Amino acid sequence: MPRVIQGKRSMSGKLKIHVDQDKCQGHARCKALAPELFELDEFGNAHEAGDGSVPADLEDKAWLAKSNCPEIAIEITEV
Amino acid sequence: MSDPARAIPDSAPATPDHPPVTDWVHDFDHTDPRWTEDPFPIWETLRKASPVVHTDRFLGCYMPTTYQAVKEIAYDTEHFSSRRVIVRDVRPEIVNTAPPITSDPPEHKPAKQLLLPPFTPDAMKKLEPRVRAICNELIDGFISDRQCDAAARYTKHIPVRAIAHMLGIPEEDGELFIKWIHEILELGIKDDATMMRAIHEMTGYFHGHIEARKRNPTDDLITTMMNARDKSGQPLSDGHVLGSLRLLLIAGIDTTWSAIGASLWHLAKTPADRDRLIAEPELMPTAIEELLRAYAPVTMAREVMKDTMISGCPVKSGNMVLLSFPAANRDPAMFPDADKVVLDRKENRHAAFGLGIHRCVGSNLARMEMTVAIEEWLKRIPDFRLDPAGKVTWSEGTVRGPRQLPVLFGKSA
Repeated sequence: MPRVIQGKRSMSGKLKIHVDQDKCQGHARCKALAPELFELDEFGNAHEAGDGSVPADLEDKAWLAKSNCPEIAIEITEV
Repeated sequence: MSDPARAIPDSAPATPDHPPVTDWVHDFDHTDPRWTEDPFPIWETLRKASPVVHTDRFLGCYMPTTYQAVKEIAYDTEHFSSRRVIVRDVRPEIVNTAPPITSDPPEHKPAKQLLLPPFTPDAMKKLEPRVRAICNELIDGFISDRQCDAAARYTKHIPVRAIAHMLGIPEEDGELFIKWIHEILELGIKDDATMMRAIHEMTGYFHGHIEARKRNPTDDLITTMMNARDKSGQPLSDGHVLGSLRLLLIAGIDTTWSAIGASLWHLAKTPADRDRLIAEPELMPTAIEELLRAYAPVTMAREVMKDTMISGCPVKSGNMVLLSFPAANRDPAMFPDADKVVLDRKENRHAAFGLGIHRCVGSNLARMEMTVAIEEWLKRIPDFRLDPAGKVTWSEGTVRGPRQLPVLFGKSA
């Protein structure tokens, strides 16, 4: 079972991000802060790029995106 | 205040006049000149008293004072309607809607989705060179004077010309747009006739542009709206198209004018931040978010449709709500050092563009305009300061920003 990580990193495993489509309102803060990890649709709403896997060197950016989403729409799980 | 619920009386008849406020907690008035001049200590007083305060003015109005209370209301479309988005002295029958800002679910989403594609970050990248050129043309007009009113000569014209460019209407009509916006957003709080006349004039103006496009279609937002189809494949009603066009013009101008102006005001009086932005241009995206947080210009409104509780405070139907995103952004429970501008603030979930389904449709446009306007200004006028002989004045009511911003260029003697 992947587990949702509440606080800051404790990381040993790989991270995965997911954008909750019911919460995302298209502020696009994640795309600005971590363009490699997010994609925007034609309405400007965000989705995780690919399957949401976060390369190790982009983990900081994933956390930054999560902590700047005004709608708390980004989940990070350790897989 | 020991019991926040007791701080919130039921609604009562309003007074049409606005006597000076003596008790901010029970009788607040966002049109009081002291609020316009410096609202931050007032918000702090209100926040310490209760997460939700009430005034009998404006026919009864609440104000959430914390980030949490603002968020609860913004997310609650069941108890709070957007059908009125300005807190005013009067609540006449609703005749002029401006979808999607005045829409509630389920009408809101389809109306908003029509407007979103032209305002994505990628769409804004295409507009950026035009905005950069506008900024430099404006600076060319006053740089040799070694001083200017930055609100009148610079910040005002950038959003006017950018949105005119997108809508496909003449940039030279800018003064007309600014007059309408002043009449609707500021004078309209207390003067219904002036507001209705301005809306009528705007409607006539756009009607003319729509008629012209029926003969000669153009590649702009007006044509996009005319060609839009609803869920059942039908063209939008004239009322919907005109309402959305009025919204784009009203919402796209003095909001960004205010945000750019407040940012320049901050930089004029804070040389350390100015020098840091010049030395570390990579800081610009974070700095823009922080300036948006600290000087968020836009306060929206809701109408309470059903009694409910917000942050433990009872809220009664029949009242309006002054939905102050700027006050939420100064809540120390959400933002450490909330009253300080921290250009490299790492975590910043500010609510300058709203929260929930009514997130500002133009947020990507506003960010691009702010970034370009400040970058170009700092490139050409790296040193500037408030003119001690001049006076900074701020707009009243729904959108707060500098309307006079006299600055001198160069280092002080």
